[in-house]
Amino acid sequence: MTAEFIQPDLMPALPEMVMLAMTCLVLVVDLFLPQGKRGFTLLLSVLTLVLAIAAVIAVAPVTAVSSFGGSFVLDQLAVVLKIAVCVVTILVFVYSRDYLSDHDIYKGEYYVLGLFATLGMMVMISAHSFLLVYLGLELLSLSLYAMIAFNKNSLSASESAMKYFVLGAMASGLLLYGISIFYGITGTLDINQLSVAVNSQMSQHPVALGFALTFIVVGLSFKLGAVPFHMWLPDIYQGSPTSVTLFIGTAPKIAGFAMAIRLLVDGLGDLQVDWSQMLMVLAVASLAVGNIIAIAQTNFKRMLAYSTISHVGFILLGILTATANGYSSAMFYTITYALTAAAAFGVLLVLNRKGFEAENISDLSGLNDSNPWYAALLAIAMFSMAGVPPTVGFYAKLTILQALVQVDMVWLAVLAVLFSVIGLFYYLRIIKVMYFDKPLAEQTTTIKEALDVKVLLGANSLSLILLGMFPSTLMVYCILAFS
Amino acid sequence: MMTVTLSHYLILAAVLFSISIAGIVINRKNIIILLMSIELMLLSVNLNFIAFSHYLDDLAGQVFVFFILTVAAAEAAIGLAILVVLFRNKRSINVEDIKELKW
Repeated sequence: MTAEFIQPDLMPALPEMVMLAMTCLVLVVDLFLPQGKRGFTLLLSVLTLVLAIAAVIAVAPVTAVSSFGGSFVLDQLAVVLKIAVCVVTILVFVYSRDYLSDHDIYKGEYYVLGLFATLGMMVMISAHSFLLVYLGLELLSLSLYAMIAFNKNSLSASESAMKYFVLGAMASGLLLYGISIFYGITGTLDINQLSVAVNSQMSQHPVALGFALTFIVVGLSFKLGAVPFHMWLPDIYQGSPTSVTLFIGTAPKIAGFAMAIRLLVDGLGDLQVDWSQMLMVLAVASLAVGNIIAIAQTNFKRMLAYSTISHVGFILLGILTATANGYSSAMFYTITYALTAAAAFGVLLVLNRKGFEAENISDLSGLNDSNPWYAALLAIAMFSMAGVPPTVGFYAKLTILQALVQVDMVWLAVLAVLFSVIGLFYYLRIIKVMYFDKPLAEQTTTIKEALDVKVLLGANSLSLILLGMFPSTLMVYCILAFS
Repeated sequence: MMTVTLSHYLILAAVLFSISIAGIVINRKNIIILLMSIELMLLSVNLNFIAFSHYLDDLAGQVFVFFILTVAAAEAAIGLAILVVLFRNKRSINVEDIKELKW
């Protein structure tokens, strides 16, 4: 058998190549830096991400282009999501610096693993074949496993790394099993050819297709953290170092959304009736479990984990409408949620000091007396998560509900609103604790205030309000991605 | 004499896959058994891919298997590394002992 080698067009993959080259550079440069100069690694990592954003903008095409035999695609969706991932990762890197140095884990590996995870996410976002989806996903997951276990001396961190590893590997296995069945039915790994083949095989193998689809949906919801596949999420959020929780809770959600769109919408659009129903069950369960169990939490990180689960429910609601409007609302929701979560965890990171791990809700009591600025920033993030106008969370929820009503799923919209009202309780409790409770005795007012963190965190929270008032600035791109 | 057909391979792979899921869910003893179950799961998927690849006369499935094998090796390395870290902190690799975090 002779295979002809055609030189693929490398330009669409320029951002990934920049990321890979620069990440290797960061890895090597960091080896020769003394511990006191670790700030240079951070600078270089941020520069890498800025270069990657510049490369994405430079190669952004007007219409979708594909390369590498159709397995890699660069379209409007990929451009917007890649920029979002890089921006969020920059925030994560800057916010976590002081936390890392206070906990004696200020090492270059954090940034190198973070950059590799970002590369994995970018590959996932552009992937248009099962093979590339799998490889991007594994690059992301393997980096995250190592990042969680990064604090070697922490029992809870190593325990949650083990849990994440076992469940994450199981989810990959389930996804792969579904992929192998699809490969058997359609004889292709390419997502474009898959959608053609699925269309022609629908009448012949309906049961086998449904069987394979179930595995894909289960694998996806494991990665996104939808109920009933959410068990890992609270444990991992609580057990990981807060800087890693910040990372896991933000950027990978965007990549997970991209994976759902690539697999379910691009590849398996003809099975929409089936996956819409599966997602409906997952979404309702996520909204219910996330919002109700969050009320009982005393640990702030764990509470945010359950809040994430409920937000994943909302994102799934947008996807299951199977309309362009629903997809773009879900995309808007995902990006703004990542920004909101970055702000919330960012404030929590600032409150951490040497020998004091701020992670319980009671640690926040009287924050307004000791530090009104950070209390206000956290309040904005909480209002946005709860969906109170004029923050962006309100508009994001509104567009999802609109998309639901447009496809006559009013009961789902009503259910989503009801659970959001329940969710309001625990977000408002945080605000009550910050503004009306007495500060704890051990609470000291010395908060390390690095200027860059203060500015970025302020800009991050401000963007939540600005995007809430002028949502069209981001929404146009989300609509363009699905037109 | 019975000939081995595609469905034999698929059934074998499905059985191996189920064993590995059961190994992860039911196992209450040792974390190393969990890691072995994960490997078994990936190998059963590989079996599926190779059977389909031969049956469809298409090379893509075998290429996928090479990638899965590579990733599985990296995954095993990271899994064992995490296990070592966990053992240093906890002095135990018993699944029952991993209960620091719950609800």
